[in-house]
Amino acid sequence: MTSADIFIKFLLASGTILTMFSVAGLLTWVERKQSAVMQDRIGANRASIFGFKAFGLFHAIADVLKMLSKEEFIPQGANKFLFNLAPYLSVVFALVGFAAIPIGNQLIIGDRVIELQAANINIALIFIFASMSMGVYGVVLAGFSSNNNYAFLGGMRGAAQMIAFEVTMGAAIMGVIMVFNTIDLQALVRGQGAYLLGGWIPKWGVIVQPFAFLLFLTAAMAGTKRTPFDLPEGESEIIGYFVEYSGMKFGMFFLADLIETVLVAALMTTLFLGGWQVLYLHPDGFHFPWGTFVAVPHLAVVGLGVLSFFMKLAFFIWVLMAVRWTLPRFRYDQVMRLGWKILLPASLINIAVTAIVITIAQSF
Amino acid sequence: MKNSSENRRQELEKYFDAKGPFALFRVAQMKRAWQQSNRRELTWWENTYIPSLFTGIWLTSKHFFYNFTFHILHLFGLYKNVKAAVTFEYPEKPRPLAARSRTRHRLTKREDGSPRCVACMMCETVCPARCIEITAAEHPDPHIEKYPAEFILDLGKCVYCGFCVEVCPEDAIRMDTGKLDIAEYSRASMIYNKKRLMNE
Repeated sequence: MTSADIFIKFLLASGTILTMFSVAGLLTWVERKQSAVMQDRIGANRASIFGFKAFGLFHAIADVLKMLSKEEFIPQGANKFLFNLAPYLSVVFALVGFAAIPIGNQLIIGDRVIELQAANINIALIFIFASMSMGVYGVVLAGFSSNNNYAFLGGMRGAAQMIAFEVTMGAAIMGVIMVFNTIDLQALVRGQGAYLLGGWIPKWGVIVQPFAFLLFLTAAMAGTKRTPFDLPEGESEIIGYFVEYSGMKFGMFFLADLIETVLVAALMTTLFLGGWQVLYLHPDGFHFPWGTFVAVPHLAVVGLGVLSFFMKLAFFIWVLMAVRWTLPRFRYDQVMRLGWKILLPASLINIAVTAIVITIAQSF
Repeated sequence: MKNSSENRRQELEKYFDAKGPFALFRVAQMKRAWQQSNRRELTWWENTYIPSLFTGIWLTSKHFFYNFTFHILHLFGLYKNVKAAVTFEYPEKPRPLAARSRTRHRLTKREDGSPRCVACMMCETVCPARCIEITAAEHPDPHIEKYPAEFILDLGKCVYCGFCVEVCPEDAIRMDTGKLDIAEYSRASMIYNKKRLMNE
């Protein structure tokens, strides 16, 4: 590995992480504006710099400034080390997952081949799942170290919910893994570049595994700890695992939720909506099923791929936000029932049916 | 599942003692209570939560796309008459008042600028909050009996009933300034004298 390789890798990794971090920061604005437009309101529009308002975009900056200037409070009897560590764990493990998300196809410059994936590892899916599971350590440690029973209860709920829905998430994507025969996300996205029914329908995850898509969507939504499934929080009953946190540390928990939303949206894009695949776009150009061919240069193909990835990401973020601002929250027992008694058996049935269908298809 | 409402009815019957002197009455009472509280059993499909989920998302999305379209069109100055939000941006653009709404009082003037008020004390008498205090004085013009040397109106006490306006024989007091956002730092500055009331 030459120093140029290392430099490119560094650029790619920092670019991916910073982009996703900015998207998550922007989501505080998106959340306010989308909920406002949904509810016939205007939404945040007051923060201005020299009378320039930019549709309320500066509210994100104002929030950060407020968070940073607030008092950092550590309760008496708290485990100071773990108390300070917990928010960082939440954010870092939510961000680390993006390393394995492929944001584009191979970029070929001269004789150098660059995979647009920060960490080009062949166990990408397991890596992301591991990082998502580790993220719950932030929640549990926050609850544990606060020396507050409400926070502790919130942390326990966070752990229980994460376990319940992580299992379903794992089982739901088994179907996708079986269809595409890989857990390398880049290879999985390439696999989704195939077409069914004489080239008309793309072989995207959502087409071949619609049931798994719904299961994964539900479980992933629960994984983000946001409203229909915000059991670790619940202002009216147990306040939340971050009850003792203030200032930017509280802000980091808030941000971690949003980063997880982006991560989940990115994961769904990659698994079910063909990642960076553009409809009918092959490495040399558009091959439309009615026989037309439009040649596209290599750089434009890669650029369109990256653009398509981010558009699909935006779509899923929109869906997650719409769900968050539409549905009322579940009760704790309802969430546990949904996780263990409905989603898990359903995902297991999905695996069995997929296996049978694949076996039958292969025998012909 | 079909008989679950029947099961619940039987369960209820267990709790009601249908023996003894008031058995028939109690059964009737129970039946009435059950009928009043009788809710439809959800079907299996409704119990999956899926239909209501999509209905909800459909409703909010409809609002979202409708409002979003018009917000974008407003940016280009189109369809400004269609509202994309119900919000009134209050301090900058106050909500339009109804023509008849009662707002802060003013004393109307004659052509020479003196108050139209003749200090008849009708408003002071009718005021249920007793917030008006008029000091009468003799008017130099012999055709006008009196004039208010001072006209004190305590807005801290006023209940905005509009009786003073109704009762005035000279149309000397009106509540049509359109000012509602009256906020002061002290009770004393809520007290309006003749000068403040006449300068609108």
